[in-house]
Amino acid sequence: MSYRTQAALWLAQRASAAVLALCVAVHLFTIIYAVRGGLSAAEILERTRGNVGWFAFYSLFVLAVVIHVPIGLRSVCMEWLRWRGRSRDLVLLAFAALLAWAGMRAVLAIYI
Amino acid sequence: MRQHASYWAFVVHRVSGIALALFLPLHFWTLASALSGSLAWTEAPLVKLGEWLIVVALAAHLGGGLRVLALEFLPWRGWQKSLAAGAAALALGVGLALALAL
Repeated sequence: MSYRTQAALWLAQRASAAVLALCVAVHLFTIIYAVRGGLSAAEILERTRGNVGWFAFYSLFVLAVVIHVPIGLRSVCMEWLRWRGRSRDLVLLAFAALLAWAGMRAVLAIYI
Repeated sequence: MRQHASYWAFVVHRVSGIALALFLPLHFWTLASALSGSLAWTEAPLVKLGEWLIVVALAAHLGGGLRVLALEFLPWRGWQKSLAAGAAALALGVGLALALAL
């Protein structure tokens, strides 16, 4: 892999991390707020259904995750599994696609 | 090296990252499918324990990630141990807050 690509992945990982830092902070507050008195589907959907703000927030959250998780796993594959090359990158691309599909499916499920 | 706070900060950051990566597809699937049904199963003690662990992993990964960003982009490398302690404190604080709310 060229240095240019590696530098791009490094930068993408830090940029997505910065976005995720904000998203995760909001998410943690929401979780602690939402679980008081038990989780309820009605309570979650009441907050999110038809709310463009939450839809935009969770869409950005999923996008940042789709970038951040495969690049992080790439380092784990390389350093802990000694797995390099095209097969690793294809598997990680497939995992990114799974996260994007499942993530947006979830975002739409709580919006519509 | 293994007695250094930075080593443990690295291990916690990595292990929590792997746990979160494996948890995410399950989380998305549950959100898309289970919200139409009952969430009574989330009251089971083992589910609550798993929930608590994954939220602490999320807080720990956030703390560890902020530590890495600070090390790489800010010029205060002498503060490494304080950063690791800050990351641990964040995870502990979120864990306690969630345990009180659950």
